This record gives sequence, structure tokens and C-alpha cells, in this order.
Amino acid sequence: MFNAAEMSEIPLTSSVSKGCFVFKSASKKRKRHVGVGDDENGSDRFRICQKLWETVQTNTEVIQDQLNKKVLDSLAEFIKKHGLGCSSDNWRQRARETPTAALMLGVNVPDHAMTFRSLCNLLQDSVTPFVVSVHAKECAAVKLLIQKVLEQLMGRGVSVDEEQEDDTALLQRTQCTISALCQWYKTVTKSLPVVVIFKDFEAFNSQVLQDFILICSRYTQELPFIFIFGIATSPSAIQHRLPHSVSSLLCIEVFHSLSCTQHLASVFDKLILNSQFPFKLSSRVIQVLVGIFLYHDFSVQNFVKGLQFSMLEHFKSQPLSMLCCQKQEALLSAKTLSKKNVERIRHLPSFMRYVETQEPQEQVQLLTNDEHVKEVCQQLLKNLHKYHKNYYPILQCLHSLTSSLPKFPLGKHIRELHVSCIEKNLWETEEYDSALQLLRILAKDELVAALRKCAEILKSTKILQNVLQQLEDFIGRLEALEGVSSEDSSGNGIISGKMEYQRTDLFQLQKTLLEKESRRTKRMNPFEVLRSQVIEFIDSLVREYLTPAELQPLNEVCYYNSSGVLRQRLNVTPRTSIQAALSHPFYYLQNESLKTDAGTISSAAPDLCIVYKLHLECGRLINLYDWLEAFLTVMSAAEDQDTNSEECGKYDSLKHARFIQAVSEMEFLGFIKSTKQKTDHVARLTWGGC
Amino acid sequence: MKIHLCLTGIKTIILDCNNISQYSVFLINSALMNRRDIMSAVNPDQYSYPSVFIYGHRATGKSHVVLSIMKDLELPHASVDCVECVSSGLLFHQVLSAFFGPDAAALLPRCPSLSDFVRLYKQMSSNSPATQTRYIILDRAERMRDMDFSLLPALLRLQELVNDNVTVILLSEIVWEKFRPNTGCFEPLLFHFPDYSKGKSLVQILSWDHHPSYTPELYASYINILLGVFFSVCRDLRELRHLAVLNFSKFCEPLEKGEAKESDIHKLWKNIEPHLQRAMQTVYLREVSSVQWEQQQMDEKEATTLRVLSAHAHIELPYYSKFLLIAAYLASFNPARTDRRFFLKSHGKIRKTNFLKKHEKTSNHLLGPKPFPLDRLMAIFYSVVDSRVAPTASIFSQISSLVTLQLLSQVGHDDQLDSPKYKCSVSLDFILAISRCVCVCVRLLDLLALSLVIQSQVVRQERSLFTAVSNLHLL
Repeated sequence: MFNAAEMSEIPLTSSVSKGCFVFKSASKKRKRHVGVGDDENGSDRFRICQKLWETVQTNTEVIQDQLNKKVLDSLAEFIKKHGLGCSSDNWRQRARETPTAALMLGVNVPDHAMTFRSLCNLLQDSVTPFVVSVHAKECAAVKLLIQKVLEQLMGRGVSVDEEQEDDTALLQRTQCTISALCQWYKTVTKSLPVVVIFKDFEAFNSQVLQDFILICSRYTQELPFIFIFGIATSPSAIQHRLPHSVSSLLCIEVFHSLSCTQHLASVFDKLILNSQFPFKLSSRVIQVLVGIFLYHDFSVQNFVKGLQFSMLEHFKSQPLSMLCCQKQEALLSAKTLSKKNVERIRHLPSFMRYVETQEPQEQVQLLTNDEHVKEVCQQLLKNLHKYHKNYYPILQCLHSLTSSLPKFPLGKHIRELHVSCIEKNLWETEEYDSALQLLRILAKDELVAALRKCAEILKSTKILQNVLQQLEDFIGRLEALEGVSSEDSSGNGIISGKMEYQRTDLFQLQKTLLEKESRRTKRMNPFEVLRSQVIEFIDSLVREYLTPAELQPLNEVCYYNSSGVLRQRLNVTPRTSIQAALSHPFYYLQNESLKTDAGTISSAAPDLCIVYKLHLECGRLINLYDWLEAFLTVMSAAEDQDTNSEECGKYDSLKHARFIQAVSEMEFLGFIKSTKQKTDHVARLTWGGC
Repeated sequence: MKIHLCLTGIKTIILDCNNISQYSVFLINSALMNRRDIMSAVNPDQYSYPSVFIYGHRATGKSHVVLSIMKDLELPHASVDCVECVSSGLLFHQVLSAFFGPDAAALLPRCPSLSDFVRLYKQMSSNSPATQTRYIILDRAERMRDMDFSLLPALLRLQELVNDNVTVILLSEIVWEKFRPNTGCFEPLLFHFPDYSKGKSLVQILSWDHHPSYTPELYASYINILLGVFFSVCRDLRELRHLAVLNFSKFCEPLEKGEAKESDIHKLWKNIEPHLQRAMQTVYLREVSSVQWEQQQMDEKEATTLRVLSAHAHIELPYYSKFLLIAAYLASFNPARTDRRFFLKSHGKIRKTNFLKKHEKTSNHLLGPKPFPLDRLMAIFYSVVDSRVAPTASIFSQISSLVTLQLLSQVGHDDQLDSPKYKCSVSLDFILAISRCVCVCVRLLDLLALSLVIQSQVVRQERSLFTAVSNLHLL
């Protein structure tokens, strides 16, 4: 049986190579879980998790397809155009130009695979069956590249009959040339273009590419080639790789796919800022995942993998996560909570906080009566769902209001706003104050436009109808002001004119704000009155709906918040783990005898650890003999404290061998290397130490 | 019209050129007759010279002349492009199948050696002895140097080896001196195809393409204008033809609108000249593809500006990759001795006079990037990046992905595990661009500026330094 505290320790002790086999180890544990406790309902959790993961997967695929649709369609259009039009464009044939699409995909190379897969499918379905995609790794020489192209093109047509396949294999071995391909193409007689996709253009050897393009350009008359270069950096990479004599054989058109940050934003919208998706991430976890994305890899796929991992972790470590599903299902399972789980609910910090706020009589009921807890639990779950339902539309509204403000006080992206909302009380932050200050000086047309946007967001969600009603009311009143405030229009104009200027400069803005403050006593015109009402209304909405998730009772059911584990698993630090293992062997080996104080060297530790600790005390060059002496001293300290010094220093061939082995292991791990600067010395390769 | 062609100098035969297409006659005329070189096919019963080497720049008509002669005289020949011959076996295969049919070629063993080829050739030629000289034409012969070292000398005296009336013609853009193997070989007969002269040949050749709906004179004057712009940068006939076709519609625009007559050469010149200048900077360099260029011509009224290829130089990189790249740049262009001064807060006082050694005073940008070990890169990275960064696996994997993106390049192949060495392969402008969007800390800007001060000893460099420093100040 696991409880949360135990679970959090397990990752620390599981293996030396932390984080390398994350998913495997997680799934293994889950299996054991399923086997052990039926009353634990591990299988239920597993089922829910599986189901959720499926929705994540389908959603990400749908998003990817939607985002890539435009660029892929234009690519297909390009290929169609060139595939059909090659006979009419006579002059281009003479110049032997091969139509080429340069597809800009961004530096997140792991994500490209999915794009290429859908591109291949699209082309094969709608344009031409002759699509070849090649990878730089398989094509170290022109020969191999041509072989790959031939295999993919001709292999498909003849793979039905075994004998024939043998024949073609033989043919390919002897005559792996484009002219052979030409002959084959004539037999197929479909006059459709042959598309060759170079998946990672940068990684290709430029000589190979040049040769291949030269060869293909000889056959443009008979074989209508079209190239697609998948480029991770910038189109100028083509010019860096290919000389003019070769690039003059290409007719290059550039296609841009959507940037990875936009991709992330839409994934974020769909999976995290969505009340339909019951599994939630805490602010810290989001920060870790987004940090990995922005700082390290720009890979949306890795982000989704991170999400998957946190889901697995959550459902594994939190038994109450069985309630983390759609509303009806959750209510049903809340009705049938087991005794253990009720007890667990009682121990949830958020539930305890909730209990404290109740009447004494109610408190007793909650602590003693299981049935009552179940009922309350259902009510709380309902509240939680309602909270989420209201939270996201209001968040979007606030974002649309503040995202156009100068300097983005609440963040440029909605995810930043979301993180600060679920982390703490937003209205207590300075950023929120400054954002409201800026909102208070919006010109009328800007304010109306912003409110319209909010109204549209609320309309599309079909909840919070009363809020929508009030909002529309405000819009109506603002518009009605048009006629009334004509005499004030001059004053208004000055203010809005100033606004345009202030937009660029915060200092100026503060100055005018102060001035405004001092002029507060002046009578406000009707627009200003209404504007402050609107802002107060927005403020009240924020205070009501954008409360931090941690304050919600039972939030632990949905929110995964162990960001430390996540960071440890996803952003691994091999060197720190090695150093931790060497200096604190207890950390991994969990042997009681290895527990030592920080400064001392235990003789019970493995030889390698002793040698490592001793070497930390040395400078850049280490005298091997001194090192050996120190090692022997530590070793002999273990044998007997009382042995006299003569025996202590005695040469023991076994210990000597152990020392040599430990030193060579150190060299293998890259801490030392042999040097010729001084005899009998080795050089340290790391700094610091004692 | 009759042309004397001579291959060996022994025999001269006269070609009746009426059946040769006008165009190729012209080529032969321009390329060969000017130099009084005479080329010929040979009397069938006489052995011709074993090997001929023809060289000249790109698109001077080497292959075209040779192939047209072969075709028009219906001589037995095998034409092979050496780029295609990734192995010598393919070359043998193509030669045999051209001379004796595919069945003969199929008799070659799987990885044929030269002696296999010679044996098979002999066998085949004894069955069907040559009635005329057979020609083997090897285009882009410079590739042969990368193949088996014995191949070239053997082919040069193939006639002797196979005892058949066969001549090998090598076509190349490189002079023969670069081919000659160390061990010496049979000296082929050398022919040079000179570049087309501007006045005569190019105008005449290009004028063959004239548009049916306009007079040849107009087209010739167009070609003259075109050459006036492009001749200084490009003498490649193929490119020039391509450009001529691309821009002709623009040239004719005033004529179609009725704004000018065919005789108003000056007006037409004024119209087309800036257009051609623009073409030189864009479509000639393939910054803009020819299709895009044509489309632009069509809807020029909307004044669409095409984004050229090199304009998209900006690359989105993850945050730490940017810093890694900056660190790599600093490591590549700063001497290692100066690291202590730049990156340590409490560096020792270094006397200014001999701070830099003499050879270090020349701009590092002129010397190019220097390799640096991984340790140095990481040390500079940690001092440059403003927050504390754990040495995670993803930091190291970013280095290798920078290598695959060819923003860094790995040098040396020994000791890849212990101390790999890298070079930074991006330009100063690129680094400045990424440091501009990454720099929030003033210290890094200072570092860049400081290292730039050290590097800029040359006037050109100073100019870029000033712009760089002023940019930094703007920030």
C-alpha cells in the first residue's frame, strides 16, 4: 500500500540512472499496483489515465493537422502546378530547373517527423503516388541516396510477387542509377511527378546533395522530379550548402510552417486551458514544462510527453485521482468511495481547511460520518467543476483585455496569466494593479472594442449569462454616451491623444498618472464615471472567479503539483547524479553502514567513492603515491583502530590492485586523465572540492 | 557550308554540313573555326588517336559540339556523365551496353574490375569488329580522379588494351595538368574551348532564340542590352539564355502598349535597364525563383516586393541555445588568454602594453574561427548566462543539435569522447542579432563590446564595431 509520502521517496531510490527510463519504470510500477490491490482501484485509475491520454493524443494530432493544413495544402498545390505544367513551360525545361520547395520547420527537429508523415500521406492521397522521403543518416554517399530513392519508388510496385522482388533486388544491386529509374518510370506511364523529400536538409553532406541534384537535372525531361527540402534554420542554408552552379538548377520557393510557440499556444489552449479536460497542472509544473520548452528544445512533442508523464505520475501517486474524470463519472465514484479513500480525503490539506471553516457540529459529522463525507465530497466536486467552468472564460476575457496593454503587465501569453492566477491571489500583485491602472486610462473606442471581444468570448461558452448581460449593458451605455458627451469630446480627445504618446513610455505614463491623481478633485465626465464602473466590474469578476486553485477544496484530486519530481525526471543532470553517487553512496545504495557525516570519509564505502573523495582534496595535479598512501590509511582504519602504524602503512598487493582499479574507473568517468607534465602524476579534470 | 574537321592531324575529311542543324553548325563554327582548329571523324579503317582531352569553361559548347558531331555523322559512341558513375562498374556497364547492347553489359560480373571490362570488350569486339572508330565520351571527367587511380591511365590507352579502334574523349572544365597522375600516363590530344567572345559569338548565339512575333534585329538589340548588364558577372551561355527568356516580356511591354516603336532603342533601354539590374541581384543569384520572378512581372502594378531567400536569415532558437552560440562565438574569436580578463570578476591587473601578442593584433575575423574545447565553451557559457543553470543533459544535447544545424562545427575526429573540439560557424551579424533579443543583462553587452574592441583592428571591422557599439548603447 502506498501513501503519498512513501511514493515521493521511491523515485529517489529507484535506480542510479535516474530519469533515463522514466516511462518504463512508471508503467512497471503501475502494473504492480494493478496486481496488488483491487480495493485500491488501481485498475480504475489506470483506465481513466489511459482514456485521458487517448484524448490528449487525438487532440494533439488534430491540432497539428489544423495548424499544418495551410502550409501543406499550399505545398500540394505547388507540386500539382509543377507536375502538370512542366510540359507547357518549355523554356524552363531548357534551363533544366527542378522545382524545389524549401519548407521552413523551425529548429525543433523531433517535431518534424509528424509533419512529414502527414505531408507524405497528403501527397500520396491527392497528388502523386511517387513520394520518396530520405533521411540524412541513411545517405552518406550518392550511391546510397539513389539506392534509397529507387527502393522506395520501385520496390512498392513490384513487391507483390516474390520472384519479381528477387529480380528487382538483383537489378538494383547491379544498376542502381537514375537511368534505370527512368526506364521504370516509362513503364509505369502515369506522367505524375516524382517527389523527393529531404527531411533534414542541414544534416546532408553537401557533396552528396550537389551530385544528386546534378544527376537528376540530366533527366528532367523524362523524369519530372520535384524536391522538398525540410529546413530547420533559414532558407539561406540552401545557398550556404550549394554552389551557384548547382543552385541555378533549382527553382526554389519558400514555405513557412507555423512557429513552434504558436503551436504550443494552441496545444496549451486545447489541453490545459480547457474545463473539459479534468486533469490539471499546478503552476509550478506548468513552469517546469514551459521552461523546458522555451529554454531547451522548442519541441511541442516533448511538452506533450511531459504532460503524459505528469499524468502517469499523478494517477500513480494519488489514489484519489480516481475522482479526476468527467463530472458524472466522478460523482458516481464519489458515491462509492471506499473506507480508505474517505480517510484519505479527510487527510487532504484542502479538505482539512474546508472542515475548519465549518460549524463545530458539522465538523464532527465530517470527521466521523463516512456517508456524510461522501455527500459533501460530491458537492465539493460539483463546485470544483463549476469553478473550472467559470474560470477559463473569465481568464480569457482578462487576457484579451490586458494583452493589448503596453509592456504587457500581466504577460504576453495567456499561459503566464494562468500561472499567476492559479498560484496566488492575482489581485494582490503589483502587476495586476498596474494593469488596472492602464485599463483605467483607456480611450473609449479601445475600451468598447476590448469589451466586445470579452462579450464574444462569453457568448461562445454559453455560461455566465448574467455576466454577459452586464457586459452588454455596459457596452450599450458606453455607446449611448456618444451623443451626450459631445461637449466633452475636446477634453476626451486630448486624453486619448496623450494616450497614443504615452503608450511608448512608462515614465511619461507615470507622470501623467500622478498629474491625473492630483487633478482628481476635478469633476469627472460621464465617460470617466462609466469607465471606472466598468473597471470595478472587471475587478469584481477577477476576485470572484480567478481565485487560486489551491484554495479550492479537493483540488488535489485534479492538480498534479510535484514539480520537483518532474524536473528531476525530465531535465536530468547526469553529472550531478554521478557526483552525488560518489560523494554520498548512501543516497543510492541505501545501506545503513554508509551513512556518514558530511566531512568524513567512511572506509565502508566502495573504493571508488573513497578515491573520489580523496581526490577532491588535491590540486590540479595529483601525486599517485600520495593518493595511494591516503587510500591505504582510510582502508586500514576500517580493519582495526588499534593496529600500530607499521602494519598500517604496509604494502598490500590486494589493496594496491583495488586502488589501481578505482583510479582507472575514475579515469573512465572522466574525472582524471594521465599527463606527461610530471612523472607519477595524473591531472584532475574537474574543479572545486573541499 | 563546309567545315574541315580533324581529330588526329593525320586524316582530314570533309563533312557535308547541310544535314547538321544550323544551331550546332554555328556552335562548331564559333568554337572551333575561330581558332583554326579542325576536328574530324576518322576514316573507318584507320585507327584514330587513342584519347582526346577537351577542356573549357562551363557552357562553352564542349559536349554539345562533340555530341552533335557524333549524332550527325551517326558514329558509334557511348556518352557517359561521370557524376552518375558512383562506381567504375556503372561506367563499364554503360559503355558496353551502348556499343554491344544490354545483353553484353549483363555479362559483367557483380563488381567488375577493369580487367573484366577489357576482357569482355575484347570478346565482344572480336565478334563484331569495328567498322568505324568507336568513341567513348566522358563528360565531367574531373570526377574520374576520385575513382580508382588506375582507371584514368587505363582509359587513356584503352585502344591498346582492347586492340580495337576506340577513342576516349574526356570533357572537363579543368586543365589537363590537374589530371596527370604521379606515375605518368599516355598524353591525350588536348583541345581548348575558349570562352565565347562578347561581341561576336554570344550575341549571335543568343539571337538564335528570337521570338517569332518580333524581328530578329529587335531581339539582337535586346541581347546587346542584356549583355551590357550581365556580361561582367556571367559568361555562362546557359544562364544568359535563361535570363534573356525571363526578361524579354518586360522588354516588349512598351511595344505592346504602343508607347514605343521598335526603333526607339533608347526608350526601350531605359525601360529595361533597371529591371535587369534588379534581376542580377535577385533571380540570377536564385534569391528569387524564376517562377516567382515571372509572377512578379505579371502583377507589377501592385508593386509586390518579394522576400528574397537570404532575407529570412533570422532563426528562432531556444533560450540557452542562444547563449551557447554566443559563448561559442566568443570562444572562437577571442584568444584563450583573454578569457580570464573578460569573464572573471576579479581578474588580475594586466599591463596594457603587452597584453596582446603581436600576432593576436590582426583581426581575428580575418583569421576565421578557431577551434575550442568543450570545457572552455561551458566555462564561458556559465559566465555569460545570467541565471544559475544546472548542467543538464539537455544543455549538452543542445550543443549537438547546434552541430547538426551547422551553426557549430565539430573539428577533429580523435578523442571525441573526452574532449571534443568545436568551431563557431556563424557570422558576427548573426550573433549580434541573437544577442540583441536575448540580452537583458548589461554585462554580456559589455563583454561583446569589449571582445569586439579587441578584434577590430581593420577599418572594415571598426565600422561594424561602431554600429555594434551604438546598437548596444541603444539597448
